[in-house]
Amino acid sequence: MKSLSKNTIACAVSLATAITTANAFADTQITVATVNNGHMIEMQKLTPDFEKANPGIKVKWVTLEESVLRQNVTQDIANKSGLYDVMTIGMYEAPIWGQRGWLQPIDASGSYDEKDILPSIRSGLSYKGTLYAAPFYGESSMVMYRKDLVKAAGMKISDHDSWDHIRDVAKAINDPKKGIYGICLRGKAGWGDNMALVTTMANSFGGRWFDEKWKPEINSPEWKKAVSFYVDLLGKYGPPGASSNSFNENLALFNEGKCGIWIDATIAASFVTDPKQSKVADKVAFAQTPYEVTKKGSNWLWAWALAVPVATKHEAAAQKFVRWATSKDYIKLVAKNEGWASVPTGTRESTYENPNFQKAAVFASAELKAIKSADPEDSTLKPSPYVGVQFASIPEFQAIGTTTGQMISGALAGAMTVDQALNNAQKAAERQMRQAGYY
Amino acid sequence: MTLNQQRKLKTLITGLLAWFVALLLFFPIFWMFLTSFKTELQAISVPPTLFFEPTLDNYKIVQERSDYLLHAMNSVVTSFGSTFIALIIAIPAAYSMAFFPSKRTKDILLWMLSTKMLPAVGVLVPIYILFRNNGLLDSRTGLIIIFTLMNLPIIIWMLFSYFKDLPKEILEAARMDGATPWDEMVKVVLPLSIGGIASTGLLSIILCWNEAFWSLNLTASNAAPLTAMIASYSSPEGLFWAKLSAASTMACAPIVVFGWFCQKQLVQGLTFGAVK
Repeated sequence: MKSLSKNTIACAVSLATAITTANAFADTQITVATVNNGHMIEMQKLTPDFEKANPGIKVKWVTLEESVLRQNVTQDIANKSGLYDVMTIGMYEAPIWGQRGWLQPIDASGSYDEKDILPSIRSGLSYKGTLYAAPFYGESSMVMYRKDLVKAAGMKISDHDSWDHIRDVAKAINDPKKGIYGICLRGKAGWGDNMALVTTMANSFGGRWFDEKWKPEINSPEWKKAVSFYVDLLGKYGPPGASSNSFNENLALFNEGKCGIWIDATIAASFVTDPKQSKVADKVAFAQTPYEVTKKGSNWLWAWALAVPVATKHEAAAQKFVRWATSKDYIKLVAKNEGWASVPTGTRESTYENPNFQKAAVFASAELKAIKSADPEDSTLKPSPYVGVQFASIPEFQAIGTTTGQMISGALAGAMTVDQALNNAQKAAERQMRQAGYY
Repeated sequence: MTLNQQRKLKTLITGLLAWFVALLLFFPIFWMFLTSFKTELQAISVPPTLFFEPTLDNYKIVQERSDYLLHAMNSVVTSFGSTFIALIIAIPAAYSMAFFPSKRTKDILLWMLSTKMLPAVGVLVPIYILFRNNGLLDSRTGLIIIFTLMNLPIIIWMLFSYFKDLPKEILEAARMDGATPWDEMVKVVLPLSIGGIASTGLLSIILCWNEAFWSLNLTASNAAPLTAMIASYSSPEGLFWAKLSAASTMACAPIVVFGWFCQKQLVQGLTFGAVK
């Protein structure tokens, strides 16, 4: 009886241990913080495939508005709270956080094929050659225009036109009485809103954010020329209330057939050519961004990427998820479920080499050309000390970029002159850099 | 014009004005409701589309993408939980200040109100660190604590006003009959001010239900209430107004229905003591 009891106890202990171990394994839950856009939502939909292939891991999603996401993940990572196991971050954060040791290097082992990632995107997400965030989708900027309107006006748009030519075309097709505006550009204040476009303009006019000694150059003659051109162009041939328009507002205007030319993120190409969303889907053509004195930095480079914070308690599971979501196989999985036109673009060479993708995405070659031509390490005519095309990859830039954006938006709305706007922005930037100890 | 006609005209004008203001206040909610049945393209069309074939697709998408029941349950637990705890603390506090005021009572009341004058973002980092150190991040307990602290000054102030309006003679009569302070509060004050307590509670529930700042900053996947669910539908790249409207309608619906059923108590409580 005694021995039976011992056996029973031993069995019970073994069973309990087995159950506990199994539960511990099944309980690996990773929380992914992400932004709400089409590609990320698709990833959420396909997560059961990942969970099926990895029975011990459950994925929980937290979808946030872009600015809230930035604030939350910054708070989480800076305080090492470990609330999120995988974070969606951008090209701006990846090198800064990598340098500070807040992120785990991406585990690119096995069949991940890191070299397949487009070089400019890989470089933008790395610090000292180590990849700290795996790109989920990447983008540059390009010209999207109504070929019917441009043709009717007897004009033509080509790759790398001059800004003066773009202004002439905008003038020729501008017809507010019919509800058609010559050009739509970002005007809403924000370092990721109007300043993304304005910075590429300033770059192409020969400007830069900082000189080699980190002294701001926002009121330099190049910036003045670029911003004056922008304010004049958008004021004369843009839609009313342009100072409050950003990506979504311009997308809505373009899809409604109210914009002749729109210069914005390459990701927009998939929306404006989708007949379910756009009234002008069959009338759109693409070209590389215009420039003034240099092509350097005339189109931006951005990527949304997945990163693993050092504070995560589930590093192995998090790395596994990141590898899955940014792999070649994932892209094939999306293609199988939704078609090649819906796959996340701007990340891998292999996507653009695929004939099915080339056939499904009319914008593929223009997008690839734009992404490949952007170089975050050489984006200004004069030498600059920072990395980034439409931003400078330093922590102080968010505040400087946003203040400058507010000033330029104010100038566009007529609240101040361009000179006043740039001088105010320059003063604010100088103060910020001095306080941060750059000089 | 006779006096009677003048009176009728005045009533008519007041009525029309009230209807105009009511419709003006209701219009954004109506527009949100309408937009939730549009396609994304119809939602952003200029001029706005008024006549369209309604679709339930947005509701279907919200159901598929969000764990609505989890978010709704988090909203219910945190709103009701924090209101209950706040009332437990506020009733004795307001009672003592209303019936046994000291020299400093006014100062204490003002100090409590002054805590509401500080912008919440000013204390975000210390609160976040406290929550992290105590394991309260992304927990319902954490949200209940912060909601309780957030609404306590308003609840004490409202209850203080209700209690102040009670005739002191009733309490004196109770004391003559040998009632202790506890008896006074439980058997006399509470039954007499139940309308006021109910309306204060309702207001607190509504404030908690609609709170977004702390909910977004202190929760992630487990304790996020409906306000966090709404925020997840705003998109930086892509059209989202129709889906956002559907999510907002689903988030507002329970509290609107709740408010509808309790409107009598709410109006009664809020106007209590307004006319003497």
